[in-house]
Amino acid sequence: MMTTDGNGAAAPRLPRLGEPAPAFEAVTTQGTLRLEDFAGSWLVLFSHPADFTPVCTTEFAAFAKALPRFRELECELLGLSIDSVYSHIAWMRNVEEKLGVKVQFPVIADLDRQVALAYGMIMPGESRTETVRCVFVIDDRQNLRAMIYYPLTTGRNVEEILRLVKALQVADRSAVATPANWVEGEPVIVPPPLTQEAAAQRVATPDLECVDWYLCTRTL
Amino acid sequence: MACVNPDGSLSPSGLVLLRALDAPGAERELTERTGRPLFQVRSGLRELQSAGLVRAIPVGFELTGVGREWLSSP
Repeated sequence: MMTTDGNGAAAPRLPRLGEPAPAFEAVTTQGTLRLEDFAGSWLVLFSHPADFTPVCTTEFAAFAKALPRFRELECELLGLSIDSVYSHIAWMRNVEEKLGVKVQFPVIADLDRQVALAYGMIMPGESRTETVRCVFVIDDRQNLRAMIYYPLTTGRNVEEILRLVKALQVADRSAVATPANWVEGEPVIVPPPLTQEAAAQRVATPDLECVDWYLCTRTL
Repeated sequence: MACVNPDGSLSPSGLVLLRALDAPGAERELTERTGRPLFQVRSGLRELQSAGLVRAIPVGFELTGVGREWLSSP
């Protein structure tokens, strides 16, 4: 579906949470990959403005170091920028040489901007030629579950992205929600009751800790 | 990982996947045999299929005659 951007030009509709993630086939540093290749795993698809730029280099090193922790969550990483695969390869080699970190996840070379446009990664107010720092968390059924957009100036916090994936997986597994600043191991929120009878029952449930009938937590 | 080079030769990853198919296997089995993540196995199988070295069967994938020749060639 197409909409129009601020200049009246046709632009693809931005992806929405809870909907299937836009499909793609793309050239990457690990060959041609399709979104469907990741089905059955969680996926963090993230874009960066450009190779050989300082903030992106620190982010890539951080993502690369965290890859084993993402894989413990059955989650893969997939980077993207509007650079050639040759540029990506040179940059990956440079990151390994200068920072001692081997980048073992694939990076999309999105020269035709097809994936960037499908996911709304280009924000003309920030840059007309580069992708901003986007993160898309896609679940194992290929539905889009979370989106984060950061400007060019500000590097992302990989710990927060790990926390987000864990929180989404806990929500799926245990039919709960997670409170502000939740980290793994802390109590989770049980869904609020939908009837007066359930509300009365809720506050009387012994294994729940309730501030009030609508805000109860439990330990998993 | 890309399995088939532009000149038609196999990359090291391609050889690993081809050897893992010495016995037919499903995608998940092949991730265990190769130690590669599922997305790499899937994209590699697609390339090996396009090159005529591997074919899909009801229980997963198996080598074609050409694929067996590759494995037995020195």
